[in-house]
Amino acid sequence: MSTKNLARAAAKANLKVEGKQNLDVADDQVTVGQSFTDAPKMTIRNVNVFYDDKQAIHNVNVDIAKNEVIAMIGPSGCGKSTFLRSLNRMNDTVESCRVEGEICMDGEDLYAPKLDVVELRARVGMVFQKPNPFPKSIYDNVAYGPKIHGLADSRVDLDEIVENSLRKASLWDEVKERLHQSGTGLSGGQQQRLCIARAIAVSPEVILMDEPCSALDPIATAKIEELIEELSENFTIAIVTHSMQQAARVSHRTAYFHLGRLIEVNPTEQVFTLPEHELTEAYITGRFG
Amino acid sequence: MSEPMTNLEKIRKSLNRRNRSENIFRWYGRLAILIGLAAVVVLFTDIVSKGHGAFRITYLQLEVDYDQELIGIDNLADPRELVQGNWQAIPKQALRKQFPDVSGRTDKRSLYGLISSGAGFDLKDRLVANPLLLGESEKVWMLADDDIDTYYKSWLDGEPYAARMTDKQIEWIAELHDQGKIRLQFNSNLFTRGDSREPEQAGIRGAVMGSLLTLILTLMLSFPIGVAAAIYLEEFAPKNRWTDFIEVNINNLAAVPSIIFGLLGLAIFINFFHIPRSVPIVGGLVLTLMTLPTIIITSRAAIKSVPPSIREAALGMGASKYQMVLHHVLPLALPGMLTGAIIGMAQALGESAPLLMIGMVAFIVDIPGGFSDPATVLPVQIFLWADSPERAFIEKTSAAIMVLLSFLIVMNTSAVWLRKRLERRW
Ligand SMILES: Nc1ncnc2c1ncn2[C@@H]1O[C@H](COP(=O)(O)OP(=O)(O)OP(=O)(O)O)[C@@H](O)[C@H]1O
Ligand SMILES: [Mg+2]
Repeated sequence: MSTKNLARAAAKANLKVEGKQNLDVADDQVTVGQSFTDAPKMTIRNVNVFYDDKQAIHNVNVDIAKNEVIAMIGPSGCGKSTFLRSLNRMNDTVESCRVEGEICMDGEDLYAPKLDVVELRARVGMVFQKPNPFPKSIYDNVAYGPKIHGLADSRVDLDEIVENSLRKASLWDEVKERLHQSGTGLSGGQQQRLCIARAIAVSPEVILMDEPCSALDPIATAKIEELIEELSENFTIAIVTHSMQQAARVSHRTAYFHLGRLIEVNPTEQVFTLPEHELTEAYITGRFG
Repeated sequence: MSEPMTNLEKIRKSLNRRNRSENIFRWYGRLAILIGLAAVVVLFTDIVSKGHGAFRITYLQLEVDYDQELIGIDNLADPRELVQGNWQAIPKQALRKQFPDVSGRTDKRSLYGLISSGAGFDLKDRLVANPLLLGESEKVWMLADDDIDTYYKSWLDGEPYAARMTDKQIEWIAELHDQGKIRLQFNSNLFTRGDSREPEQAGIRGAVMGSLLTLILTLMLSFPIGVAAAIYLEEFAPKNRWTDFIEVNINNLAAVPSIIFGLLGLAIFINFFHIPRSVPIVGGLVLTLMTLPTIIITSRAAIKSVPPSIREAALGMGASKYQMVLHHVLPLALPGMLTGAIIGMAQALGESAPLLMIGMVAFIVDIPGGFSDPATVLPVQIFLWADSPERAFIEKTSAAIMVLLSFLIVMNTSAVWLRKRLERRW
């Protein structure tokens, strides 16, 4: 792609370009910063994602370390959700979507034909941008995962899992009196925490969160951020966010995406104080996005 | 400051115009609804005014002698003898007793014409139920002939219709009326008997049972098949040219005139599989073919209306596709599916054309007891009665329409109620 085309593409992606900042991405763009770690939970190598012929992710290489919180930021439409969804193969549900490259968890290829997505999604849980509790009781929402995966041996077991998950999601005190009322009757923030409780009820190894706070007020957001911090003791978390403050508050490393390319991955403090790449700098200083 | 003012003026000016067109549109809407309602009101008043009379029927009170010799039987317990008994002789004799002066063949014939030709058999049933009555006599209300019924009702209304009455008969009715020996009663025969050539004995029980049996079969076949097809097409089938082709054809099928399904049923089920004619099995199969597209289409719409976020949530939790459908999509889509099924059933209940093709238009007196008994259905019964020359069938036809309509109203109301009731918000 020529420079001109890319500039046009950048304009198309609705970027506000100010000044003479050069926002083009070279074809052979290599991710700058510390993409790789010594003890990776997931390794992502040469990943390309297409929707029909349109390429949404270009050659992404990155590791996700065990028990880290990695934040993904970038302008709207740059492919954060697409990338996140390819980590637990939620993209399989999109007819037109095709993933190339290698994504491994603990050295196991997630796109191997013999891998069962049901097992994968039990190990890699997901919290969506919009709270989406099942139209069932709060209890049933949380108990659903353990039930279908056969994780509880008895009713007592299940009760315990439900209580623990709700406690971890710091929702227990608010709902313990009404476990059997509908989950959809909760407030937006409570619903999102319910979805998090539901995700952690099956004790996944990795939790993917796609803008979990985008619909929430500051108080609910603070609660969820607190929760993410606690969860990172036991889980590996990849979180997409539009709020740079949030990324700065909760994550250990931050990955910056731009037009489907992974531009920079670095420890969070560094990204927000001393970004290595000029695009990252342009984004975090608010010159576009 | 002058710039926004002119804008405001412009808006105000256009506002007038917009309000006017909105008002006009509103009146168009009201007019349309008014026309629709008027049509319904006219239809219903017409049907009710014609049909309400059928729910009451004329009875005559006569003194009958259960005379063993007259009937000509010895043993009431022997069914063969019962068949041979001259039962109509009892009411005839009772009539002669009531009007002893009548003589001559013609007069006697018109005297006997006062009561229904089935009156004797009603007395037989009464006698078999109470054998002790044999040899006794009692006063009994007996079903009048349909011409008498028509005349008596119209006479009570003040505009006697006497075209099929003899002068003598008119006199006798007046005499009976003065003695209080003729009256209108609730017409229970309408609901307990099958079809008959005699209007006063004809009922819709057979047709209702036929409709019920046919619909049960239709529902049992078309609901599971339709829902399964809808789920497969919506959730599992790959989206390619084949499924597009199938989709187009399902939509086509929904638009095929129902009589074609009748022809298809005739060719396949009767001529090829040799299932007997006129039975609810064939009717149910044909109506299944007819309602299947409706059920598939409404079920697919119901499945589509389940928000994708619920599916993603389920899949994200590691539910298999089957679990996602069974645990989440189906419960949420069920109200819509049931509504579709009820509407499909209502359609099937009102359908007559395809059933004519497969012989469910036969004259059947016996009330069907099973799926393989010859039967007819309500709309076909209406068709048959509307086609009958006897004047008394006019009100019967309207009464049958009223019954059919009330079934339809009940079904459609329950569809609305069910949807309201089961609908869940998310
Ligand atoms: N189902 C789809 N079919 C086709 N194209 C898609 C689909 N989903 C996303 N895309 C395209 O892929 C690109 C990346 O989309 P994606 O949703 O991953 O962006 P994002 O970074 O998550 O944006 P946002 O911050 O607005 O959520 C966009 O150009 C989008 O138009
Ligand atoms: Mg997104």
